[in-house]
Amino acid sequence: MKDALRRMIRANKLSLVSLIVIFLLILFSILAPWLTPYGEADIDLMHRLSPPSAEHLLGTDEAGRDVLTRLLYGSRVSLMVGIVPTLLSMVIGAVLGVLAGYLGGVVDSIIMRLADIVLAFPSMLLAMVIMYTLGDGLFNVFLTLTLMNWGTVARIARAETLKLKTVDYVEAARSIGMTKWRIIRKHILPNCLPMLIVLFTLNVPSAILTESALSFLGLGIQPPSASWGLMVNTGRQYLFNAPWLSFAPSGAIMLAVLSFNFLGDGLRDAIDPRLRRR
Amino acid sequence: MDEKLLVIEELCVDFPTEKGPIRPVDRVSLEIRKGAITGLVGESGCGKSMTARAVMNLIKKPGKMTGGRILLEGKDLGRMPSKERRMLQGREISMIFQDPMSSLNPVMKVGKQVDEAIRLHERVNAGEARRRTVEMFAAVGIPDPERRYEAYPHQLSGGLRQRVMIAMAMICRPKLLIADEPTTALDVTVEAQILDLMEKLREGGTSILLISHNLGVIARMCEDVYVMYAGKIVEHADVETIFEDPVHPYTKGLLRAVTSLQEEDKTLETIPGNVPQLDELPSGCRFSNRCAFAMDRCRTEEPMLLEKEGRACACFLEDNKK
Amino acid sequence: MRRILQAILVLLLVSLALFVMLRIVPGNPVAVLMGEHANEATIERLTAELGLDQPIHVQFFRYLAGAIRGDFGTSYSLGKPVSQLIGAAFVNTLLLALAAALFAWIVGGLCGLLAAIRKNSIPDRLFMGFSLLGISMPVFMVAMILQYVFAYWLHWLPISGISDWRSFILPAIALGWNSAGSIARLVRSTLADTLEDDYIDTARAKGLSETAVLWRHALRNTMLPTVTMMALQLSGLLSGAVITETVFSINGIGRLAVQAINGRDIPLLQGTVLFATALVIFGNLIADLLYKVLDPRTRRGAKE
Repeated sequence: MKDALRRMIRANKLSLVSLIVIFLLILFSILAPWLTPYGEADIDLMHRLSPPSAEHLLGTDEAGRDVLTRLLYGSRVSLMVGIVPTLLSMVIGAVLGVLAGYLGGVVDSIIMRLADIVLAFPSMLLAMVIMYTLGDGLFNVFLTLTLMNWGTVARIARAETLKLKTVDYVEAARSIGMTKWRIIRKHILPNCLPMLIVLFTLNVPSAILTESALSFLGLGIQPPSASWGLMVNTGRQYLFNAPWLSFAPSGAIMLAVLSFNFLGDGLRDAIDPRLRRR
Repeated sequence: MDEKLLVIEELCVDFPTEKGPIRPVDRVSLEIRKGAITGLVGESGCGKSMTARAVMNLIKKPGKMTGGRILLEGKDLGRMPSKERRMLQGREISMIFQDPMSSLNPVMKVGKQVDEAIRLHERVNAGEARRRTVEMFAAVGIPDPERRYEAYPHQLSGGLRQRVMIAMAMICRPKLLIADEPTTALDVTVEAQILDLMEKLREGGTSILLISHNLGVIARMCEDVYVMYAGKIVEHADVETIFEDPVHPYTKGLLRAVTSLQEEDKTLETIPGNVPQLDELPSGCRFSNRCAFAMDRCRTEEPMLLEKEGRACACFLEDNKK
Repeated sequence: MRRILQAILVLLLVSLALFVMLRIVPGNPVAVLMGEHANEATIERLTAELGLDQPIHVQFFRYLAGAIRGDFGTSYSLGKPVSQLIGAAFVNTLLLALAAALFAWIVGGLCGLLAAIRKNSIPDRLFMGFSLLGISMPVFMVAMILQYVFAYWLHWLPISGISDWRSFILPAIALGWNSAGSIARLVRSTLADTLEDDYIDTARAKGLSETAVLWRHALRNTMLPTVTMMALQLSGLLSGAVITETVFSINGIGRLAVQAINGRDIPLLQGTVLFATALVIFGNLIADLLYKVLDPRTRRGAKE
C-alpha cells in the first residue's frame, strides 16, 4: 500500500514538491539554532523596525530582533501545534469512530451525539471557549486543538466502518468465530488507514490556522514563546510602517498550509483513483 | 437503388494519448438508404459508437474527426458552419443512446425535456409544445401520457424511459435516427416492444442506423449490415447474405459463436484471443492474430474493403478467389 | 420531522456543554470582577443576586427558562442585557456575512465555471491557482493585506469601522476569501463531472448550443452539491467573522465574543456562542431541507 502511494505521488509533481517543502520546514525548525547567526532573543534597539536587507533578510521587529530567526524558532511551535494535536485527534477520533460504527446501538448513539455537539460549534468559537475554560498557554492550545478535531475523524471513520462491516472477508471472519476486537484490529482499522492518512494531511492546515488565529487574538500562545500567529499579532500594531512584521509569518503559515493541502490532494488521488478529479 | 440519405466516406477519428494518437475509427465508409434500417454490428470497443458520434458531432474531447466526409443528402456536414450543423441535429438527424437512465436529465421533468426538442427547432409556444409532446408520448406507446409528462426520469421504468428518448428523438420527424444499442439495457420482453416501435418509425419514413453487438436484434430489424472490427469495416452485405453466407473470417466467427449457443450438443465456439487494444494493433490485417485462415500476406498488408456483386469484404481470401 | 427534533436536541446538549465548560473555571466570577478590594459582604450579596450560589443544575434550568423567554442574562463587563448586545451586534455580522457570501458565490462560482468549461487549459490552471490562494491564506492575512493595500496605501476605502456601505467591502472580501476558494474548487469539479454525463450528450444531440447546454442542463445539476456547501459554510463564516471583525474593528458577534473572553464575561460569552451555534445548527437543517427540495430524486415518488 505505502509503496503504491509513493509511486503514485511521483506521478503528481506538485505533491512531491509539497512533501519536500514540508520536510524542509520541519528540518529547518529543528536546526534553527544552527541556521541563523542571531539568537532568538537578541535585542538590538539601534536597529528596530528595519526593513528587509542583506543583514536581516526579513527585517527586524520592534525590539530589533531578526525576523527570520524568530520565524525559524516560531516554526517549531506552529508546526508542532499543527501536527501533534492533529495526530492525537486522529487516533482518538478513529478509535471512537470505528467503535461507534462496529458496535452500533447505544455506544454509537453516545459517541455520535458527542461528535455532533463538538461539530455544531463554529470552530473559532469552540476554540475560544475551551481556551477560556483551560486557560491559555501552549499545552492548552494542544488540548484545545485535539478536542476540536476528533469529531470529523470519528464521523468519517464510522462511515468507513459501516461500509467495511458488510464486506465479504469481514463476514467470513465473523463466521469462523473471530472476536469483535480482533476483527476491528485486523480488518477494519487497517482498511481505514489510507483514508485516515489523507485526512491527517488535510487537517493539519486547519490546526495551524486555528492556532495562529487564536494567537492572533491574544488567546493562544503567549509571549515569550513565539509562534507565527503570535508574530502576526504583535506585528499588527506596526502594520503600516513595518508591514513585513506581519506578512512574513503570514506567508510562512500560507506556505505550510498550501504544502499540506497539496500533499493531501495528491495522496487522496493516489489512494482512490475513482475519486480523481481531472 | 433507392436514394442515399447518409453517406460516410473514409471517416477517421483520432484520439491523442500519452503514447501517441490512436484511431478508433479508421477509414470507415458506409451508406444508408432512404427508408432503410441499416445495421452496424461489432463487439464493444470496435468503434461503432464513435462512428455514430462523429455523425452527430458528439465526439468527446480530446478526440477529433481527422479525415473523411459525412454527407447528409449530399450536404457535407463537416464543411457546414457550426450553427447550421447544430440546427440539423434533432431535426434531420437524431440519436438515441444505450442507457436511458443516464441519458435523461435527472432533475428535469421528462415532458419538459421533450418540449425543449420541439421549441429548439420550431416556433411554438409552451402550450402547443406540451400538446405535441403528449401526443408523441401516446404515439410511442406511453400509457397515461398526460400524467407521465410530469414525471421525472427516476420515476419511470427502463422501457418507458427509452420510449421517452424515442419520443424526444422523433418529435421533429427526423429523416435519420441513429440508435446506439437501444435495447441493450432493457429486459427481453421490453426489448421486443421497443423494436416493434422502431419498425413503426421506419414505416413512417424514417431511416434508421441501428448499432448493436446483438446479432439477434440485427437479424430481426435490418435490411443490410456492416460489420466492424477494431475500427474498420470488414464486411458489408444485405442481411440474408450476411447470415447465410458470411465471407470474412470474423463475421463467420461471430455467427458460429451465436449459433453454437443455441445448439445443445455442440460446445460453445468462441473466437480465440481478444480484441486488440488500439495502441497495440497487429501489423497487417487487424484480425490476423486471431484468424484461422491467416496467410503470410495477412500479417504484412492491410486488406482493403472491396465491393463485388453488391457486397463488400476486406479480406485477402476473397482477393484470391478473383 | 425527525431532523428538527434532532437539531433541537443537539442545541440543548450544546447549551448544556457550554454551560458546564464555562463554570468549571474555579473561582467566583463576581470576586474576580470586583477586584481585590471588594468587601466580602458585597460579594456574597451579588453572588446571591445573580443566583450563582445555587447548585449547577438549578442554574442551568434557570438559564434555559430565561433563554426561552429571550433573556440571556446581563453582561458582567458591559452591564447591559446580553440579548440587547447580541441583537445590535448581530445586524452588523449579518450584513458582513451576507456581503461575504455574495462575494464568495459570485467570484468563486464564476472562477469554477470558467475553469470547468476550459478544463485543463491555461485559464483553468490560473483560476484553480487563485482558488488555492483562497483556501490557504489565513483570514487575518487577507484582511491585513487588503487593509494595507486598499485602505492605507491607495486610500480607496476606510481602514476600519462602519461608516457607510463602502466600509463593508474590504471586510466582506476578507471574510469571503476562503469560501470563494472552496466554492471555486467544488464548482469546477462538479461541473466538469456533470459535463461528462450522458444526458449532456442527449442535449447536444437535440441541437442545443453549448451555452444553452450549460445553463439549462449542466448548471442545474451542479447547483445541488454547491448549494449544500454554501449553506454549510455558515459555520466557517462565523468563525472567520471573529477575526475579520477584530481586524476591521466592526462591532459584530465575533468581536463581542472576543470582548467577552477578555472581560471574563460569562453571560456574554455564553450568549454569543450559543447564538452563533444555534444559527449554525439551524443553517444546516435548512441546507438539508433545501437539498430535498432541489433534488427531485430525494422526494417521495412512486416508481412505476
